[in-house]
Amino acid sequence: MDTLNILLVGVGGQGTILASKLMSQVAIDADYDVKMSEIKGMSQRGGSVVTQVRIGDSISSPTIDKGEADFIAAFELLEGYRWAEYLKPNGKIFISNQVIEPMPVIMGIAQYPNEVIQTLDNLGVAVKSINALEMAMECGTPKAANVVLMGYLAKQLPIEKSIWEKALEKIIPSRFLELNKLAFEKGYQC
Amino acid sequence: MAKQLMSGNEAIARGAYEYGVRVAAAYPGTPSTEILENISKYKDTIYSEWSPNEKVSLEVGIGASIGGARALVAMKHVGLNVAADPLMTVTYSGVTGGLVIISADDPGMHSSQNEQDNRFFAKFAKIPLLEPSNSQEAKEMVGLALEISEQFDTPVLLRTTTRISHSLSLVEINDRVEVPVKPYEKNDKKYVMVPAFARQRRLVIEDRLRKLEEYSETTPVNHIEWKDKKIGVITSGVSYQYAREALPEASILKLGFSYPLPKNMIQEFASQVDELYIIEELEPFMEEQIRAMGVNVKGKDVLPNIGELSVQILRQRILGESIANLEAAAAVAENLATEPAPMRPPVLCPGCPHRGVFFTLKKMKLVVSGDIGCYTLGALAPLNAMDTTICMGYSIGGAHGMELANPDFKGKTVAVIGDSTFLHTGVNGLMDIVYNGSQTTTLILDNRTTAMTGQQHNPCSGKTLMGDDAREVNLELLCKAIGVERVFKAHPFDLTQLQNLISQELAVGEPSVIIVEHPCIFVDTNKYEPVTINENCKTCKVCMQIGCPAIVLKDGKIQINQTLCYGCDLCSNVCNFDAIDKGSCGTGGCC
Repeated sequence: MDTLNILLVGVGGQGTILASKLMSQVAIDADYDVKMSEIKGMSQRGGSVVTQVRIGDSISSPTIDKGEADFIAAFELLEGYRWAEYLKPNGKIFISNQVIEPMPVIMGIAQYPNEVIQTLDNLGVAVKSINALEMAMECGTPKAANVVLMGYLAKQLPIEKSIWEKALEKIIPSRFLELNKLAFEKGYQC
Repeated sequence: MAKQLMSGNEAIARGAYEYGVRVAAAYPGTPSTEILENISKYKDTIYSEWSPNEKVSLEVGIGASIGGARALVAMKHVGLNVAADPLMTVTYSGVTGGLVIISADDPGMHSSQNEQDNRFFAKFAKIPLLEPSNSQEAKEMVGLALEISEQFDTPVLLRTTTRISHSLSLVEINDRVEVPVKPYEKNDKKYVMVPAFARQRRLVIEDRLRKLEEYSETTPVNHIEWKDKKIGVITSGVSYQYAREALPEASILKLGFSYPLPKNMIQEFASQVDELYIIEELEPFMEEQIRAMGVNVKGKDVLPNIGELSVQILRQRILGESIANLEAAAAVAENLATEPAPMRPPVLCPGCPHRGVFFTLKKMKLVVSGDIGCYTLGALAPLNAMDTTICMGYSIGGAHGMELANPDFKGKTVAVIGDSTFLHTGVNGLMDIVYNGSQTTTLILDNRTTAMTGQQHNPCSGKTLMGDDAREVNLELLCKAIGVERVFKAHPFDLTQLQNLISQELAVGEPSVIIVEHPCIFVDTNKYEPVTINENCKTCKVCMQIGCPAIVLKDGKIQINQTLCYGCDLCSNVCNFDAIDKGSCGTGGCC
């Protein structure tokens, strides 16, 4: 398999790191090499969070450069917009339509971009908007929005669904498992 | 053999376990924090602690080593500055049990105040330097460092960077091998560094360096991967990974042991390749030494010495490639630039007890000598209530210095510092202002934890790293013991009391301390109901000046984001129209 570069972007507290661990577990179980890179620290305090997952036969660099991501899973609308330039020309970005306003927008000194999905679409970027928050709520908690997006990603990758389901069992604590399996399925079907 | 996905930090912790470490100490700091957090999971076999600062951590490690046990000390790059004093002399005394010092550097300053290259500390202290390139190597190099330490009677510096500390790759797991504690023998000529003894040890160091140089020629972590000889690369650490991917055809001399350098190996490698590049992040550490050997190389003349390297940077700068994907990315970025994505700076959490302090300091138009921690975010808009941030513990000495520079600062300047940072190095500044008759007013923002790095315990918090109960430092008594007679306590959301107290103490011609007490929202286990806006709201937006991310203006009206609001009721305290109701528990953060 050619190396797959996947970027997960969101806001501190949205579960990007858990989603990255899930994806990394899938890669291991599918017998691939994997590297995952996360930037945290200041970003724990409501900042922009990005994690990078690279899956393939043999991975060297732990990071993904601009224009090199096969997939971007964005947990928040503005973050998807911010990181879109990391997408490969034939890559695909899918964005949860959740909005979390950053402080400069709250203060009224910056503008939250209008029509994010439409703007990206007009640029010829392969973009899909996903109602992840709503779907997660239907499963019982807004926190499962990350797993909804992973369900959607799973459908795009050349890795069997059963491997994802086993990885969910390994990564998600048992009391949240059923709920997250449901969220995963919703993402997979959309 | 079991394989696990581990970050470099987890792998270092695993290495400490597998290779017989018995004592580990650290002060938390990104990107190094998780090393000790993970070591604490092996508490049946390894004693681990958060020390008040990195100097103490290293002293504990040195003591454990002299006492015969294998020891590990971890810190972020700026932490090694704090620990530099014992470092520069333990290099003279050497070790008994193996001693490894981890420096986690932060190229790109993802969460640091500077971008120093701590490889220079190895050269400065004349001790060996190891640089892992992934988590597996990070684990193995803990073992190698301990072996080298014991074989050559020296502490060893194991230097990682953010991308090693925080990226995850596969690691083989092994069992622990017990290493017995060596019997202690008194040896004053080795461990008492008075000048007469130190002069003898000074010679030992040079001899040791020669032996280490020979060792670096033969250690398997320094090896050549021969491929095409048109381009040769000498590299280390995470840069090796970028080089391997960007230049798949190049021959690479990979240096896992990168000080002292294997000069013969480098000369031999250089003589066989047409063009030789030194690929290293930050400073030309290896490059300068290799140039001094008379070898013609390319390095910082083509590569940046600021920030992180990447595969793309190497492909562009070394191969001169134009990268189609990058150009496409630039086109996307250019198109999006017409409506740029607003920044998302980190902010004080909703419910953060520091927020009221900074709101008050801003209102009082004071000069604020600040420090390192979450509360540094008080410097950002809309609070903008901090004038300086330099290093851990700076604020109190800094405020004193400003007052010395210009009497106009007196009565208008406060120092602000957190509980953990105060105990780290701030307490020294407070002793200084008492002793030297300054009148500086200090606010200790006591939130019962080391919050910025993720709620680690400190001597104020009542728990040890290994989970045992601990006796808490009493900050009030401590300040009084130093000689501060005016010590007060305040609640950060009682803004009137806080402002009156600050005004009162700024007018007094002697040093004062105001301990502003409220636990971090991650420590406070009470649950508060979110506040609500009532019909009295005039949309005057005063509540928005506190910079709480839960307060937003939507469709021309103030709204509370119910999922973010913590119910601290600071916003209702600043509201002039009684337009914000506390949550139904009616007590808010003040209960």
